[in-house]
Amino acid sequence: MTTPIIELRGITKSYGTIYALGGVNLHVNPGEVVGLLGDNGAGKSTLIKILAGVIKPTSGEILVNGSAASNWSPARSRAAGIETVYQDRALAVQQSIVRNIFMGRELAGPFGWLNMRKQIAEAERLMREIGFTSKVFSPHSIVGQLSGGERQGVAIARAILKQANLIVLDEPTTALSLTETAKVFHFVRQVRESGRSIVFIGHNIHHVFDIAERFVVIDRGRVAMEKTKAEVGSAHALIEFMEDVAKPHHAREIA
Amino acid sequence: MADVAHAKASEAVDLHPSERPLRRFIVANRAALGSLSIFWLMLLAFFTANPVVFSNWGLYTAVMTTLPVTLFLVAPLVFVVTSGEIDLSFPAVMGLASLAFAVVVQAGYDPLLAMLAAIVFGTLLGFGVGALVVYGGLSSLVATLGMNFMLRGVILIVTNSKSIAMPDLVDSVAFKLFSGKVFGFPVQMFWAVLFVVFCAMLYNRHRFGAHVHVVGDNPDSANEMGINVNWTRVKVFGLMGLGAALAGVFSTMINFTWWPTSGDGYLLPVIASVFVGGTPPWGGIGTVIGGAIGAMTVSFIQTGVVGVGLSGFYVQFFYGLIIILSLLGHRWNQVRYR
Ligand SMILES: Nc1ncnc2c1ncn2[C@@H]1O[C@H](COP(=O)(O)OP(=O)(O)OP(=O)(O)O)[C@@H](O)[C@H]1O
Ligand SMILES: [Mg+2]
Repeated sequence: MTTPIIELRGITKSYGTIYALGGVNLHVNPGEVVGLLGDNGAGKSTLIKILAGVIKPTSGEILVNGSAASNWSPARSRAAGIETVYQDRALAVQQSIVRNIFMGRELAGPFGWLNMRKQIAEAERLMREIGFTSKVFSPHSIVGQLSGGERQGVAIARAILKQANLIVLDEPTTALSLTETAKVFHFVRQVRESGRSIVFIGHNIHHVFDIAERFVVIDRGRVAMEKTKAEVGSAHALIEFMEDVAKPHHAREIA
Repeated sequence: MADVAHAKASEAVDLHPSERPLRRFIVANRAALGSLSIFWLMLLAFFTANPVVFSNWGLYTAVMTTLPVTLFLVAPLVFVVTSGEIDLSFPAVMGLASLAFAVVVQAGYDPLLAMLAAIVFGTLLGFGVGALVVYGGLSSLVATLGMNFMLRGVILIVTNSKSIAMPDLVDSVAFKLFSGKVFGFPVQMFWAVLFVVFCAMLYNRHRFGAHVHVVGDNPDSANEMGINVNWTRVKVFGLMGLGAALAGVFSTMINFTWWPTSGDGYLLPVIASVFVGGTPPWGGIGTVIGGAIGAMTVSFIQTGVVGVGLSGFYVQFFYGLIIILSLLGHRWNQVRYR
């Protein structure tokens, strides 16, 4: 048995009387691509924000490389090599591209003085690697002046800046054109080939089926299905299952 | 080899407009440059109105004796505003820190030691105010307003509203170092400029400054990227306390006297300076150098109006006029991205 690089056990999250998550288990093995599926409001983003330490779960356990983590926080999860591209992109739009890429992880010398040259050189390299538009952008450009897809490029650049162990992508292609989407998938394959893990959230089931090896379907805060690609068989089967899940509760129970 | 090829390749690609060095400098510093133009325009207007008075060097040294006090307050307040907060308690913190200075001097200790005591005390007060606002989850506007009243009240209660005179300061090393004149030039100006430059570096080229920017811009994002948002905010108030302490010590040394009202008159001019300097009120961006230029502008208004030969009654009117005109001036180059 391989030890999962991260494991969530019995995670619940309630907002007042509403349960966003009602006891979810999720694990990610080294080098594995997990597709996380579910309807709007199913709890996917909440789950990955708990994984990233942004939201504190109401109850449940988080294990990193098999050992329980205490005081789980964004800083801890980043230190553990987990990088997240959030659904809402989470950029500081009045700041430059460089400042966004190095947010919370600035390259600094003695006493915290920034190494501006190195940051700019790194940002330039990353932007070339992602190649997110035909236009020539400067690392000094203000993020607020970029288009939605270009901003997504910055968010992805930030996630791959360091050799992360796990990259979490929450609907990374929603705002993107066909070519941009293709770039993201190309990038996901690269990450997979380099032996790192990915959690991919998406609503396009064909895409998710293509890219992932294991699928976890969340429905109203619970895991409704967890299967490997071989077990699912085809994208069509996955779609049928998702449609079934989407039916109201009572309809399914009667059937 | 590879470098040469790369250089050629990047030459072939048209440089993005924002990459041309001069253009980039102007864009990056447009707020500060705007404030500078406002300052020169104002000076020009005064000079044309009364060339004789405004050719007199004495007028400028007079301004430069009091300007440093404002500068010690303006630079940290730019950090506070950039972080998305406001601090109205710095006048009382300034008063309390300089009270500490006066008490230690009166007790017979070296003024240098008294300065250190004031700085430590003021910084701690700043951290205290910050902790109250941030961890208490209070609006900084209202909470610091309350703190300003409360701390001023403490000053009045503790001292029975009596001033403290320190005539012996003139002979001290501290006075020569921080408050004397070198070749007819007020030396406190040198220290204030040094402080402003340090703050500008901290703001633009230090990890702390970077955190202050993103915390003011998008606190959720800063949190998601592992920045301790609350602690960053508290530290900003700590820096404000440090500046207030320095301002208090310098203003006390100018007068050789500590007054129970010490700091009171600085609230509005300092806040005006920050905005006249080109820092917008919504957080995330700002300029320390612009703030310093704003402080120069505001400091010159009073001297200028009287120097031109108008009665003192015009001072307030011109304060308002310049503030409004410079806000309108900054309006077109401050774009708020969302
Ligand atoms: N701060 C909050 N307060 C109250 N309820 C919340 C909060 N955040 C999320 N929720 C609720 O939790 C549930 C799960 O939300 P979540 O964002 O995780 O869904 P999702 O699966 O990511 O959906 P989508 O596909 O639309 O992004 C929703 O019903 C939402 O209304
Ligand atoms: Mg979501």
